[in-house]
Amino acid sequence: MTSDALLELRDVTVEFPGARGLRALTAPPEARRVQAVSGISLRVDRGETLALVGESGSGKTTLARAINGLVPLARGKVWFDGQPLHARPDWHAVRRRVAMMFQDPVGSLSPRKTVRELILEPFAIHGVRVGDRKARARDLLAAAGLAPDFLDRYPHQLSGGQARRVGVARALALDPALVLADEPTAGLDVSIQGEILNLMNRVKREHGLTTLIITHNLNILRHIADRVAVMYLGRIVEIGPVEQLLSTPAHPYTRALMAANPEPDPTARRERIVLGGETPALSARPPGCEFHPRCPVARADCATRAPALAPARTGGAVSCHYPLAADERIGA
Amino acid sequence: MTNTLTVKDLSVSYDTRTGALQALRHVSIDVPAGEIVGVVGESGCGKSTLIGALLSLLAENARVDGGEIRLDGEDILRASPRRLQAMRGNEMSVVFQDPMTSLNPVLSIGRQMRDIQYRESISDAEKSRRAAAMLGRVGLPDPEAKLHAYPHELSGGMRQRVAIAMAALMEPKLLIADEPTTALDATLEVQIIELLKEIQREIGCAILFISHHLGVIAELCDRMVVMYAGEAVEEGPVAQVFQSPAHPYTAKLIECDPGRLRERVESLPAIPGSLPDLTDPPAGCIFRDRCDMATEICARVVPPRETVSPEHWSACHHAKTVSP
Amino acid sequence: MSSFRHTLIGRLTRDPLAVMAIVIIAALVVMAVFADLIAPYDYTAMHMTDRFAAPSAEFWLGTDNLGRDTFSRLLQGGRIALTVGLTAVIISGLIGLVLGMIAGFGPRWLDNALLFFFDTLRAYPTIILALALAALMPRGLTTVIVVVVITSFAEYGRVVRTQTLSLKHSEFILAERAMGASFGRIVFHHILPNVLGPFFILAAMNLPVVITIEAGMSFLGVGVPPGTPSWGSTLKDGFDHIRQTPWLILAGGLPLILVTLGFTFLGEALRDQLDPKLRSGR
Repeated sequence: MTSDALLELRDVTVEFPGARGLRALTAPPEARRVQAVSGISLRVDRGETLALVGESGSGKTTLARAINGLVPLARGKVWFDGQPLHARPDWHAVRRRVAMMFQDPVGSLSPRKTVRELILEPFAIHGVRVGDRKARARDLLAAAGLAPDFLDRYPHQLSGGQARRVGVARALALDPALVLADEPTAGLDVSIQGEILNLMNRVKREHGLTTLIITHNLNILRHIADRVAVMYLGRIVEIGPVEQLLSTPAHPYTRALMAANPEPDPTARRERIVLGGETPALSARPPGCEFHPRCPVARADCATRAPALAPARTGGAVSCHYPLAADERIGA
Repeated sequence: MTNTLTVKDLSVSYDTRTGALQALRHVSIDVPAGEIVGVVGESGCGKSTLIGALLSLLAENARVDGGEIRLDGEDILRASPRRLQAMRGNEMSVVFQDPMTSLNPVLSIGRQMRDIQYRESISDAEKSRRAAAMLGRVGLPDPEAKLHAYPHELSGGMRQRVAIAMAALMEPKLLIADEPTTALDATLEVQIIELLKEIQREIGCAILFISHHLGVIAELCDRMVVMYAGEAVEEGPVAQVFQSPAHPYTAKLIECDPGRLRERVESLPAIPGSLPDLTDPPAGCIFRDRCDMATEICARVVPPRETVSPEHWSACHHAKTVSP
Repeated sequence: MSSFRHTLIGRLTRDPLAVMAIVIIAALVVMAVFADLIAPYDYTAMHMTDRFAAPSAEFWLGTDNLGRDTFSRLLQGGRIALTVGLTAVIISGLIGLVLGMIAGFGPRWLDNALLFFFDTLRAYPTIILALALAALMPRGLTTVIVVVVITSFAEYGRVVRTQTLSLKHSEFILAERAMGASFGRIVFHHILPNVLGPFFILAAMNLPVVITIEAGMSFLGVGVPPGTPSWGSTLKDGFDHIRQTPWLILAGGLPLILVTLGFTFLGEALRDQLDPKLRSGR
C-alpha cells in the first residue's frame, strides 16, 4: 500500500441472497447467492475525486455502502487511511471520518427533525462538544449556501436543492477525510445542479476532501472527477483519468454509454451506438466477457474467454480483449 | 396545416389552504398532425397539470379557469364523460414515466392488450394476434410468449416497450409521452427514443413529448415549447430554439446543461433563485426575479408573445436581444 | 405569525372537526372528574316514589327501576369508562409498541412468530374471548382491563410493526447508520417519533371501542360488579325494563355515542395534522 492512498480496495466482492424461499431449495448453488459487486480493486489517493459510473444494477451504490460497512463484504479487503476495514473495525469511529451522502436529497433527512437538529446531529452522535450550538449550525448552513432562516424548517418544507445543501452541510460537520456521495445530482433540476456541484467542488478544495462520487450522469464527470471507473454487472470494465476516458474510451461499453448520452444540441447528433438488449440479471451472467451479448464489436472468443482489467494503450486500464483505438468508429 | 391538438389560453388552478395556486396560466400549445412536439420544463413548471388537463384527469381540488383544449377540433373540456372515455385510449393515449404504475400487475400482458381492444368487433384470437404483432413491432423478442407474461416478469425497458405497444395499438391520433425515458438507463433511453420515432413514422400519430431533459427533446422532437412556472415562455422549431433561444430562461437552461461544456470549468452555470410563489404570482414577467436581462418594464408589464421568426416566438420584452 | 399557530394544538384549534372533538372530550372528562360535584343526587340514593321517571326538571335524564337518578349514575359511569378506557389503552398501547418494534427490528423468525401471535389473538371474536377470560377471573374492573388489554394490544403491535419495517429500510435511517448513529439513537430519535403519529391516531380511535367493550361486558353481566353505575349496567337496566320506560336505554346510550364521536373526530383530526405531507400539501 502506498502512502498517498486514502482508500484502497482489493478484490472486493459483495453477495446478496439470490433465489428466496422455496425456490432457494431447488435452485442451483450458484443462483442462491448473486454477486452485486464482483472482485473490485481500486485506490483513491488523498485529495482525489474518483467517479463511479454505470447504469442501474451495476453495483456502484452497493460498493460505496460496502466501504463504510452498511453492507457486509463477502470477500476482499478494504483499507481506509491504512486501517483495515475488512477486519471488524470500530465502525462508529470510522464513520466519523467517512461521510456519506445519499441519493434522495429530501428522503435522506429524518422527517421530524428540523434543519438545525439535522445539522448538529453528527456532533451528538459522536459526542463532540459544541459551544454555541446556534452559531455552529448557522456557520455550517452558511458554508453550504443557505440562509439562517432555514434552521427551523422541516425536510418536507425544503426543495430538492435546499435539502441537498443541508446534506452537504451535515456531511462536512465533523470534517471528514472521505466523502462517499451517491448520485449528488439525482432529483435536481438542471438549473440548480450546477450550484450543488460548484458547492461540492468548493468544499472539496477548502477541506482537502477525498471523494468517491457515484453517478449515472456522464455530463458532469468532466467537472467533478479526476478519474472515472465504469462499472458493468458489478465489475469495473474501464478506469482512467477523466479526460482520457471521455475523449478516447477504450471499452465498447464506455463508448456506447458516452454515445447514448443525448446532447442538448440538435445539430450535433454524434455517433449513434444503440446497444441491443438490456443488462443481464446478476443471476444470469453471460460466459466469457459479460458484455459480449450486447457488444457491437464482439468476436467469437469473447463468448468464451473472460477478459481481465489490464493497462490500456490510452493510459488507464480496460477489461476488453479488443480495446478500441482512439479513432475507431463502431456506431452508425 | 391542421392541428391534432390545440391548447388555447388554458388556465388551471388548485385550491390550497393558502389560496388558489395558479399552476397553468394562459398556456397555448399546438401539436400539428404527424409532428413530435416537446414540452420542456423543470419541476413546478406545470407539466403534470397540463397532462391532467389533457386527459381530463385533474386532481379534485383543481379548477379550469379558462381556455380550451381541442383534439381534432373537438372540445375536450366540454365533452361528456362518456365521450371522454371513448377518446382516451382510442384517439389519445399516454405513456407514463413508470410503466409499472400504468400496467395492471395482476393481469397478463396479453389480457391487458386484448382488453383495450374491447370496442373492436373481432375475435379474441384476432385481438391476440394483433397484440403480438404490435409487441413484435416495438422490439420485444418472442412476442407470442410475452402475451402470457405478467408486468413484474419484464425488465423496466421491456415494460416501457409494452406500454408503448399498448398506446400505439389503437393507432391514436395523439400520443402523450410523459417523461417516458426518465426512469430508464441511458443505453435504454436511446432505444426508447428510436422506438418512438419509428412508431410515429408508422402510425403517423402526433406526439406530445414531455420531459425535463433537453438532450432528449433535442434528439427526438420537431418543435418544442418551453414552460416555466406555469407559463409557456417560448415555442419554436427545435433547431431554432437551441441555436438562438429567444427567452432568457431557455438560454439559461441550455447553458446549464453541463453536457455542452467540452472543457472542465471552475464554476458550472446555474440559475440562482427559486420559483415564484404561484398562489401570488408577481406582476409583469414571471421570470424576472431570476433574469439577468430584466429591466424596469419587466416588473410592470406582462411580456407579450414576441415573434422572432415565423414559427418561433418568445414571451419576453427583450426577445430580440437574448441571442446575439 | 406566532409560533403557537405551528404547534400541534395550535393547528388543531383551527380545524373545526378537531374543535368539536376537543369540546366533546373535554366535557366528558370534566363531567367524569367532577362527577360528585356536578351530580344533583347521590348515585346510590333511591327515590322509590319516582321509579321509571321520564326526564324532568327534577331528574334531568329520568330515573331507573330503583328510582336512582340516571344523570348522576351516568356521571359516575363516565369515571369508570374513562378509567378503564385510558388504563387499558395505555397498557395495551405500550405492550403493542414494544412488541411491534421488536417484530419490526428483530430477525425474520421472531417477526414471523410475533405476527402469528398477533393474528391468533385478533382472530378470536372479541366478545367470546372476553367472556372466556371473564369466566376464569373474578368479576371487577381489573378483569375488564385485562380482557381489553389482551384483545387490543395485537392491533397496536401490527400497526407499529408495519411502520417500523417500512421506516427501517428508508434512506434517512440508512443515512443515520452511515453517520455512526447507535441503535438506541436510531430507535428513539428517528423511528419512534415517526411511529407515534399513527399510534396516537389508533389509540384515539380505539378508546371508544374499549369503552364499548366494558359496557358490553357489563351489559352481559360479566363486567363490573352489580350495583356499579357503569354505562353498560345502565343500558342493561334499560334493556330489562324497556317495557316500563324507553328513557333509561336512550340515556344509557347517549354517552357511548358522544364518546365514540368525540374520539373518532379526534383521531381523524390527528391523522390530518400529524402527517406533515397532508398538512402542507397542495
